[in-house]
Amino acid sequence: MLLNIKEPIEESFQIIGGNFTQAGEASTRLKHALFELGVDEKIIRRITIATFEAEMNVIIYAAAGRLHYYITPDSITVKVDDMGPGIENIELAMQEGYSTAPDWVRELGWGAGMGLPNMKKNADIFKIDSVVGEGTTVEMVINFP
Amino acid sequence: MKLKDIVNELSLEVESFKDGLQSNVTGAYVSDLLSDVMANSKEGNIWITLQTHINIVAVASLKVIKGIIIVSNRPVPEETLKKAEEEKITIMTTPLPAFEIAGKIYRMLEDSKQ
Amino acid sequence: MKLKEITDILKATTIFQSDNSDDLTVQSACCADLMSDVLYYHASNSLLITGLTQSSVIRTAEIAGIKAIIFVFNKKPDSQTIELARQKNIPLYSTPLCMYTASGKLHEAGLQGS
Repeated sequence: MLLNIKEPIEESFQIIGGNFTQAGEASTRLKHALFELGVDEKIIRRITIATFEAEMNVIIYAAAGRLHYYITPDSITVKVDDMGPGIENIELAMQEGYSTAPDWVRELGWGAGMGLPNMKKNADIFKIDSVVGEGTTVEMVINFP
Repeated sequence: MKLKDIVNELSLEVESFKDGLQSNVTGAYVSDLLSDVMANSKEGNIWITLQTHINIVAVASLKVIKGIIIVSNRPVPEETLKKAEEEKITIMTTPLPAFEIAGKIYRMLEDSKQ
Repeated sequence: MKLKEITDILKATTIFQSDNSDDLTVQSACCADLMSDVLYYHASNSLLITGLTQSSVIRTAEIAGIKAIIFVFNKKPDSQTIELARQKNIPLYSTPLCMYTASGKLHEAGLQGS
């Protein structure tokens, strides 16, 4: 099901670190945009879950970040980059259940260590780059069937 | 009802402090929020959760919770298991999600009261 | 199972009634306080039983396709969260029961875990 669009669609959102009340706002807006474009429900779910997790990581760990999406007729690329602490050991961070979240984050229902695995699980292509002390970028590509 | 009865009946895998299986289970508590467990769980409860962070052991110890069932086959970190062994807390795992395992244990404990 | 039947079993009070809650049926239930886990393991068209009253519960529910949320221990979210639920048309309820008993009773009544 290739999307019937004449040119690529893209948009960026700012994510504010520590702002739990607005958490999920950017992902929800992306979800609505995809719904308007008639994207398959299952695909929307995967994209939204992956994006939501990426957004939450920025909110939990970083001062600020940016979500950028780019839609072509056959895929969507979501890139989330932040000015956060960076990840010391990416391999460890990719393990289900491994988390460096502080205790108070767990009491808000996050920090279970499932964010990165969730993103990878829902994306067709998943890339992550991080520099300790500078920040992290995740890029996810989901193909339209 | 003894913890070992629940383990056998529901095919739970025991990951730490196997000696704890002789404990009596008075009821169960389901929550992933440590503050909730601290506030509301009762001594002798079995705790059902997806939370595997090492802090669960300290909470279980403080509240005299004898066993923690980690659901949905969530892998338990080595440091949590090690701490559990030290604190004499039995950690068990199940592939079932929390709702299912809670339901089954509820049935077992209710039946045993009759 | 119809939502009405569920709220009767749990003696739940209504916090927010959506315009379709009378007709709503759910196929499964999920009890969790950790939002990532709701996203990871979850199946859509289900009921969420939780002790977490943060607004992220509503957003997680919307993304995961959860049809209704029941807060345990008489917990109630703040007005901002209720307003978010209103915007997303997700009905909210509160039961005096704890998560374990709530899950137990619904499981007994035939509702399955996701």
